[in-house]
Amino acid sequence: MSTILTSIIVCGCIGIIAAIILYFAAKRFAVKEDPLVGEVEALLPGANCGGCGYSGCAAFARACVSAGSMEGLYCTGMDEEGMQRVASLLGMQAGEHRRKVAVIRCSASCDIREVKNIYEGLHSCASAAGLYQGMIDCVYGCLGLGDCVKACPFGAMSIRPGETLPEVDPDKCTGCGRCFEACPRALPMILPVGDTGSLTWVTCANRDRGPVAMKECNRSCIGCGICKKSCLHEAVTLETYLATINAEKCQNCGECIKSCPRHCISKITI
Amino acid sequence: MKLYRFGRGGVHPKENKGFTADKSVAPITPADTLTLLLRQNIGAPSRAVVKKGDTVSRGQMIAEAGGFVGAPIHSPIYGKVVKIENVRDITGYWAEAVILERNPDDHVAATLYEDIDDDLFLNVVEQLSPEDIIARIGDAGLVGLGGASFPTRVKFTIPEGKRIDTLIINGAECEPYLTCDDRLMRERPADVIRGALLLSLACRSQRIFIGIEVNKPEAVLRMRKAIDDLSGLIERLDRRVEVFGLRTRYPQGSEKHLIQAVTDRIVPAGGLPADVRCVVDNVATAFAALQAVVLQRPLTARIVTVTGPELLSPGNFIVENGTTYRHLIDAAGGVPEGSGKIISGGPMMGKAIVSLDAPVTKGVSGVVVLPDTQSHRRAEQPCIRCSRCVSVCAMGLEPYLLMTLSGLHLQQEAEARGVMNCIECGSCQYICPSYRPLLDSIRLTKSIIRKNQKK
Repeated sequence: MSTILTSIIVCGCIGIIAAIILYFAAKRFAVKEDPLVGEVEALLPGANCGGCGYSGCAAFARACVSAGSMEGLYCTGMDEEGMQRVASLLGMQAGEHRRKVAVIRCSASCDIREVKNIYEGLHSCASAAGLYQGMIDCVYGCLGLGDCVKACPFGAMSIRPGETLPEVDPDKCTGCGRCFEACPRALPMILPVGDTGSLTWVTCANRDRGPVAMKECNRSCIGCGICKKSCLHEAVTLETYLATINAEKCQNCGECIKSCPRHCISKITI
Repeated sequence: MKLYRFGRGGVHPKENKGFTADKSVAPITPADTLTLLLRQNIGAPSRAVVKKGDTVSRGQMIAEAGGFVGAPIHSPIYGKVVKIENVRDITGYWAEAVILERNPDDHVAATLYEDIDDDLFLNVVEQLSPEDIIARIGDAGLVGLGGASFPTRVKFTIPEGKRIDTLIINGAECEPYLTCDDRLMRERPADVIRGALLLSLACRSQRIFIGIEVNKPEAVLRMRKAIDDLSGLIERLDRRVEVFGLRTRYPQGSEKHLIQAVTDRIVPAGGLPADVRCVVDNVATAFAALQAVVLQRPLTARIVTVTGPELLSPGNFIVENGTTYRHLIDAAGGVPEGSGKIISGGPMMGKAIVSLDAPVTKGVSGVVVLPDTQSHRRAEQPCIRCSRCVSVCAMGLEPYLLMTLSGLHLQQEAEARGVMNCIECGSCQYICPSYRPLLDSIRLTKSIIRKNQKK
C-alpha cells in the first residue's frame, strides 16, 4: 500500500514542479504576436500556395497586419469580398487587383500531336525532359505527364482520360504560379484577365524557324507575323519566331484569332 | 587463378557478347557527309573555328576546346564545310554541329593505324617530357572512350600535391553486348600496352594494372603474351605491367569499382581516383593515345560495336566521328523489321536514341538494336520491401528509400542519404521485381539538387 502511496506522491510532486517550471518558462520565453495575425490567417484559404508572393498564409497574414495599407497585398486564392473582409478587420480598404489565371502555351492535344516515340520511364515531365525531347518532335511542347496537375494546390488543372494536354479550370485557378514552377518547359503562363473578363494568348511556345516549326506540329507558331499586322492595339510582339501577346495592351477584340493561319491563338471568357 | 572483384553489390546480366565477339574490327563504307556535334565531351562544348565553305583536310582542327575541361574536334575527312547549324542529337534536342561533305576523290575508309614498332616508340618517347605527352594528347582531342567522354588531358593533369603510383587500364567492358574493347585487346594487344606505357609516363606512375573481366579469356591471354613480348621495352622504361583477371560482375568497369577490384583502395565519397593515388583509363583511350603522341594524329575515328539479336550482320566497325546511326546500322545490314529500340552505348547505361539521323560522337562505344519484344518496360508495381535494390547497389545506397524521398520532394534528406554518390549504373532498376523506375527518380533528384546548387 505504502509503495503505491509513495509513487503517487513522488509522481505528483514531479508533475507540480514541472508545471511550475513550464509556467514560468512560458511567461519568460513567450513570443509576442499580434492576435490579429491569427484572426487574419483564419480568414485566408490556408492553401499555402505562395501566389501572394509570401512563403505561406501565415507570412502573408503577418505582412497584412504590419502593413500601413493593403496596396499590393492580395491573396490570389480569394475573391474581392473575402479580401475586403480581411481589410475591414484591419480597418483598411482592399487594394486594387486584377484577377490572374494560368493558361497553357501548347495546343498539341492527342488528335493533333504526331507521336514519334514512346516514353515508359518515371511518370514525370521533369524526368522525361531530362532524358529526351518528348513524344513529339517539338522540343518546346507539352510532355503530357502532368507535373502541373500534381503541383496545383487548388485542383484547377486536369488531364482528361485518353488525353495528354492539361486543361485549366479558370473558375478554380487562382493564378498562384505553382504550375509554372513545376513545368520543365515553363508552358503555363500566369496572365491578368482583361476588363471584359476575357483573355487572349498564343497557345504555342515553339521558337524554331518557321519551316522547321511547321513540320513539327500542326498548331505551331511559325512566326509569320500576320497576327502582329492584324492587331489594332499593338499588343503583339515577335521574338525568335514566336508571337507573344501583351496582356496589358490586348483588348481581346479577337482580330488576331481570325487572322492566324496556324490556329494557335486562343481566347477564354471567364 | 585468383579472380578480383569490387566489394559489394553488382549484378550479372546476360552477357550477349556472342553476336560480335568473333567479328574482327572492320572498316565500313565511308559516309558522304559527316555531322560533327560540338558537344562531344563532359565540360565545355567546343567552339567551331571553320566557316561555311571552308575546305578541310584530314585531321585538321575544326573546333577548339571550349574551356579548361574541353577538347578540340578534328575533321576525319578531306572535304568541305557545308554548314554550321543546329541538328538533333540522340535525345532529339537541338545541338550545334559542323556538317562536312566528303570530297569525291576521298574514298579512303577509316582504319586502325599501323603497328608502331619499339624503335620508333622509344625514339619519340625519350624526347618527350610528361608535360609534352599530355600536351600532345590534348591537341589530339582525346577523351575517355569508355563512354563518359572526360577529356584525357584534364584527367592526366594531376592536381598539385597529389602523387600517382598506379595507372589502371580499364578493359573490364562489363556492359552486356559490347565487344569493341575485347576485339581491340585481342587484335592489337602490343599497341594497347605501348599506349598504356605512354600514359604511365604522363602521370609518372610506375605500376600499370590492366583489369579485364574473365568472360574475355582470349583478351586476357593475348594481353599477357604481349607483356612477355614487350618485356625488354617495359624494363627499359622501368615499369611494371600486370593483367588482373576480374570476376564478371556489372558495374566492374566503373572507375571507383575497378580501383577497388585491383588495388583494394576505396575512393572516398565525392573524391577522385587521384585521392587514392590512381588514374583509370580505358584500353581504347590508351590505344588512341599512342597514335596521338607518336604519330601526332588526332582522334577522328573509333571502334563501335553494332549489335542486336536480329541484326543481319552485326560487327565491330571503325567509325568516323560524325557518322549517322542510320549509316552505321546500314553497314550492319539495316534496321531489322520489328525493332523496338536502338540504344547508343550499352543496354545498362546507354541512351535510347530518338532519331536515326543523329550522329555518333567520340564517346559512343556501341549501338544495340533491340526487337520490340525486348524494348518495353513492364508495368510498375508497388514496392514489396524485398530490398534487392539495396543488396545490388554497388555504392551502398538504399534505392527504394531514395525513390520514396524523390516522390516526396525531400531532396535534402536524399542528399544526406548519399544520393549524389549514385553512379547511375542501373543495377537497382535491373533487379527490381516490381519494375519500379528507381534510377529515373534518383536521376531526377540529382538533377534538382544540382540545379539548386547552381542557384
